[in-house]
Amino acid sequence: MIAEVKDRVDFRAIASKARQLIIQMIYEAESGHPGGSLSAIDVLTYLYFQELRLDPARPDWEGRDRFILSKGHACPALYAIAVERGLMPVDLLWGFRKTGRPLQGHPHVGSTPWVETSTGSLGQGFSVAIGMALGLRHQTLPARVYVMLGDGELQEGEVWEGAMCAPHYRLDNLCVIIDYNQMQSDDLTKNIMGLEPLKPKWESFNWKVIEIDGHDYAQIASAFDQAKHIVGTPTVILAHTIKGKGVSFMENSPCWHGSVKLREEELIRALQDLGADASEMPPYLNGSFKQGEDQHGQ
Amino acid sequence: MNNRPQLIGSSGDSLREAFGRALVRLGERRHDFVVLDADIADGTGTHHFKKKYPQRFFQFGIAEQNMMAVAGGLASVGVIPFVTTFAVFCMRALEQARLSVAYARRNVKIVASHPGLDVGPDGASAQALEDLAVFRAIPGMVVVSPADPLEVDQATEAILNYEGPVYMRTGRSAAKRIFDAGHRFELGKGQILRDGGDVTIVACGVEVARALEAGAIMEQEGISTRVVNMPTIKPIDVELLIQCAEETGCFVTAEDHNVHGGLGSAVAEVLAQACPCPIEFVGVRDSFGESGEPEELAEKYQLTGPWIAEAARRALGRKATQERLIRMSSPLAI
Repeated sequence: MIAEVKDRVDFRAIASKARQLIIQMIYEAESGHPGGSLSAIDVLTYLYFQELRLDPARPDWEGRDRFILSKGHACPALYAIAVERGLMPVDLLWGFRKTGRPLQGHPHVGSTPWVETSTGSLGQGFSVAIGMALGLRHQTLPARVYVMLGDGELQEGEVWEGAMCAPHYRLDNLCVIIDYNQMQSDDLTKNIMGLEPLKPKWESFNWKVIEIDGHDYAQIASAFDQAKHIVGTPTVILAHTIKGKGVSFMENSPCWHGSVKLREEELIRALQDLGADASEMPPYLNGSFKQGEDQHGQ
Repeated sequence: MNNRPQLIGSSGDSLREAFGRALVRLGERRHDFVVLDADIADGTGTHHFKKKYPQRFFQFGIAEQNMMAVAGGLASVGVIPFVTTFAVFCMRALEQARLSVAYARRNVKIVASHPGLDVGPDGASAQALEDLAVFRAIPGMVVVSPADPLEVDQATEAILNYEGPVYMRTGRSAAKRIFDAGHRFELGKGQILRDGGDVTIVACGVEVARALEAGAIMEQEGISTRVVNMPTIKPIDVELLIQCAEETGCFVTAEDHNVHGGLGSAVAEVLAQACPCPIEFVGVRDSFGESGEPEELAEKYQLTGPWIAEAARRALGRKATQERLIRMSSPLAI
């Protein structure tokens, strides 16, 4: 089945394009969170192109699976994949973080209806997902709920309130993904507030835990496939990822967490790393994308 | 209009019990709501609902932040949650109420028992004197504080019928009965319980009964006192406040809450813009509470009928001074 999926959808190509969009929208906004967006995008690509039952023409379809980005600061990844999946037009990206435009600095259901809930205060999206899973089951609706948390987010006490709650209610329609890039805003997660041993922590809270490489589509596919067949227990996927994945100078560097103003030479270098060429550049660059040239002259 | 509030003794007649019974009554007709609890169903009155509708009662343990945001999730898939806990613990989950309920525009009903000094012996840690202020400051949040068991019953139904986030206070102690079966609670509307032309007392929650006592005291002194029940603090009944300002010219507000940010502030915001006039504020004066019997605390913190009457005399005094000054400054003054 996984092989069939790979034949049908070129996840890597989609993710690569999504990474370019992430960099472009953060450049245009002059702020945003690239590191955690780039680490999350492979899992999001698989979710939106393979796993989630959704209908881009009817984003409010009652039977849809729900996805919540609890680490709301990584919304450039969510917006990029939404564009590619046909949930919104690409032009909206160039208004990201700008006054009067719909794409807020953190996801907001009020201005982007296909977003399932407003996030941006860590821990809350997880609890909202639990509420959705509980509510769907209460109404005997078969839809599933997926929620992505950051690893730094796990320092929030609310997460562990929820971690007790979901297994108590045997929410097997809930699947959590932890974007385990080992970095947070100020430093390495282990230096800020250590999380390890993380797998036993979740296991001792009665979760089914699956550990994967969050950039390997075969492993991602296998994990989501397993999670769907687990009965009576929620699943958490510990997705080991690389912060800033795909952009050489951003990889494994907490200083690219956010909120970063990208210089034009950084934009160009990042897009080159991601395999973009001049013909793919967005119109706002006005033809200024010339390989290796520093347009700022600084 | 009933000017004589009647104490109805047992804790079985508290506002929280009235809320618990209202949920059971509504649960029979409405199948679209559920009740969320954080291990204090006996305290909030929701134990009645738990017993009658166990499948619609969800326990979250002592974990209010998760419970509040879960409510946002439930509402997003079409289940209406009543989130119930003590008022202080609603404040513990304030940011969840802000982001996952109000900002996400969810149809969630937050119902808080144990507000104010009315909590009594448990002391300051449990006596929420700030909740009306902080929930009032959240955009789109409706804030309600009914005055007696009958009004709690009607208000519970009204907030369920309203589409949007609501914060409602009940109360711990034995309540006074103010209304008879003819009373009709309407969200966003206040009612004149006692008419008068010299001064208006605006009150909510347990202070409504005390305001009526103050009205009776003032009557004995020959002062015509209007008493207004203002159960919806947000959106407040602007029209009624302006009418009272025009007809009586001065105000007292009374609430079992800090004088900062609650009913008094809401009234002052309206009057300062629309119809400036003297206002005196009865409430806890920017302090925490303490252990004690509710009535004793009400006396110590100056929330009782006689203290409201005293505030009304001050308001009248200021109104008289103001009127004198206006007459003196008028070119037509003789």
